[in-house]
Amino acid sequence: MSSSVSTISDLIGREYKEGFVTEVETDTFPPGLDEDVIRALSTKKNEPEFMLDWRLSAFQRWQEMAEPSWAHVSYQPIDFQAISYYSAPRSVGDGPQSLDEVDPKILETYNKLGIPLQEQKFLAGVAVDAVFDSVSVATTFKSKLAEAGVIFCPFSEAVQEHPELVRRYLGAVVPAGDNFYAALNAAVFSDGSFVYIPKGVRCPMELSTYFRINALNTGQFERTLIVAEEDSYVSYLEGCTAPMRDENQLHAAVVELVAMKGAQIKYSTVQNWYPGDEDGRGGIYNFVTKRGACRGDDAKISWTQVETGSAITWKYPSVLLEGDRSVGEFYSVALTNNCQQADTGTKMVHIGKNTSSTIISKGISAGRGQNAYRGQVKILKDAENARNYSQCDSLLMGDRCGAHTFPYVEVKNPTATVEHEATTSKIGEDQLFYCRQRGLSEEDAVSMIVNGFCKEVFKELPMEFAVEAQALLGVSLEGAVG
Amino acid sequence: MLSVTNLDVAVNGDMILNELNLQVQAGEVHAIMGPNGSGKSTLANVLAGHPGYEVTAGSVIYEGQDLLQMDPEERARQGVFLAFQYPVEIPGVSNVYMLKAAVNQIRKHRGENELDAVKFLKLVREKMKLVDMKEEFLHRSVNEGFSGGEKKRNEIFQMAMLEPKLAILDETDSGLDIDALKVVAQGVNELRDASRSIVMVTHYQRLLDYIVPDYVHVLAGGRVLKSGGKELALELEEHGYGWIEDQTAELLETRA
Ligand SMILES: Nc1ncnc2c1ncn2[C@@H]1O[C@H](COP(=O)(O)OP(=O)(O)O)[C@@H](O)[C@H]1O
Ligand SMILES: [Mg+2]
Repeated sequence: MSSSVSTISDLIGREYKEGFVTEVETDTFPPGLDEDVIRALSTKKNEPEFMLDWRLSAFQRWQEMAEPSWAHVSYQPIDFQAISYYSAPRSVGDGPQSLDEVDPKILETYNKLGIPLQEQKFLAGVAVDAVFDSVSVATTFKSKLAEAGVIFCPFSEAVQEHPELVRRYLGAVVPAGDNFYAALNAAVFSDGSFVYIPKGVRCPMELSTYFRINALNTGQFERTLIVAEEDSYVSYLEGCTAPMRDENQLHAAVVELVAMKGAQIKYSTVQNWYPGDEDGRGGIYNFVTKRGACRGDDAKISWTQVETGSAITWKYPSVLLEGDRSVGEFYSVALTNNCQQADTGTKMVHIGKNTSSTIISKGISAGRGQNAYRGQVKILKDAENARNYSQCDSLLMGDRCGAHTFPYVEVKNPTATVEHEATTSKIGEDQLFYCRQRGLSEEDAVSMIVNGFCKEVFKELPMEFAVEAQALLGVSLEGAVG
Repeated sequence: MLSVTNLDVAVNGDMILNELNLQVQAGEVHAIMGPNGSGKSTLANVLAGHPGYEVTAGSVIYEGQDLLQMDPEERARQGVFLAFQYPVEIPGVSNVYMLKAAVNQIRKHRGENELDAVKFLKLVREKMKLVDMKEEFLHRSVNEGFSGGEKKRNEIFQMAMLEPKLAILDETDSGLDIDALKVVAQGVNELRDASRSIVMVTHYQRLLDYIVPDYVHVLAGGRVLKSGGKELALELEEHGYGWIEDQTAELLETRA
């Protein structure tokens, strides 16, 4: 029977098709990190004084901090002096420009990844910011968005063009010294996306950022900031890939979301960083801090993530429910195969009255993959009638993998309702046999079972991403009849 | 249709079926009876291609082909259907979705077009009537939260949808009350025709009052101990399985 268990993981373990390297000339800092590197970075980006000060104070904090060790993951210590903190294709080193000026090799890279940057070719209704190593290389549909008053641009451009907004919101949700990786990011982040939706505006298209790590021995430290003013709405998608390399690479991003009164932000991620090979060689270390604040009443923030890549994932998209009746949601599918390790979950902090949160987490472990859900639900003293519902399901394939659940609940107000459900199941040989006996191929059967398991999360993804997510899990979409 | 010759089957090294022989012609209904643990489900699973069983000797010819060489899905597409003794649950996958995938796979294999949603639903409604199933079951996850009887009914419904050539029913009668049993039997009887063979595994004679078999085989200790017409079932009922077991013991003695 063990033979057919290995087939299950073979089936789920598709080849990593995004593992190619693009040969471009780069402008890359030598490895190493000190104040001078940060100054050089800031100068390179022509940043105002306040940015440099912010970076330097973050760096100071970082030097005093210890790498966290509570997560259920293990890896060789990271040598932060062996990493280069800036790498940009030479052609775009001098800041944003028009698509015509982007190196054709880079355009080709995104084409190969299925993200053509030429507007007429791209999926209708999705604007893309393409981040290649440390810099944004192109942003599409900027002018169309500008008509609606929406700002969607590379972070470094926002620093130049909208310094007052950046100054106001940078670190407003994830302070520079929030945690070890967030502090590192604050010190050295090189680019990312910036989104601003004015009051009452419903963003006319899906916004998306596509992150690509290409250069060797380079860390990617990007920062995304989304501000949704009163009664506005935005749906934002994030995708990530990297070449296959034997060395581990660090990706330490920060995402901050601010939703004002009545605003709604829907943030979706399909994370497909290179996971390393079967024996655990190579792969991305993905240490990410994502947090949103419902700053006003009736605001809503939803995180949906499908995590299939990375050697290590350390990520807890969270929501601070400050406004009354504000709503936080977290929908997650995390797949670990071979030697991948994921420690992921969320934190819902109920501060305002009548706030509510929903957590749906689906962990899939195959091979020797280790999958941990870590969730915290905190109901503060003044959060009258707060409600949380959490559901954590784990699916195991084979018997060498692991699933772990660490739910933490802290209730300081007796009117709270907190519900938690957890299940662990195995894709049984019997389930597979049942499907095959009905004429489905083994591959289709695995897809169908995994897809069924993830259904509640997939239905939260925007259509374009749902398809990609399912393709990623090697599954096909459930028909309209389902 | 089906010819099983001197079949030996082992699970985890234990011999479970022992020189088993069975011949089934098109249009025939065969009942396989036997005490618990006699190997009935093993036979059913081996015919359907369950990977957990190892065939150590013998052959199975289905419609002139070596059945044992085929993957389970290949067998299904060629018309072998197993109604499971314990149908599994598949959370999040709706009954109708799985069924549509199955029907279309089998149609594709036969060189037929996929059914569109309208035609498919029409067929579904027609076949559901056969087993008196409510439409809400279509949209529930496969077997999840179904009662024992509902699961069995669902198996027969799937069989009706897939129109197999060789249907193997593994204790489809167990756990059914008399009304449900009648419904299931009626469903099976409707499917009886000259080109379809049915192998019906059962522990009780009761089912055979409603689905009258052409042949009855008594299985014990992994081999067919006795074969006969439908009257054999009555004989068995009268004497109980003890009678068979005594005969098995004798047999083993003579061999030893
Ligand atoms: N997967 C299995 N692993 C170990 N033993 C099994 C397995 N399947 C069946 N057996 C054994 O084989 C024998 C026959 O079982 P089964 O075919 O289920 O009998 P029946 O259906 O007639 O009750 C029993 O002794 C049972 O314990
Ligand atoms: Mg049985």
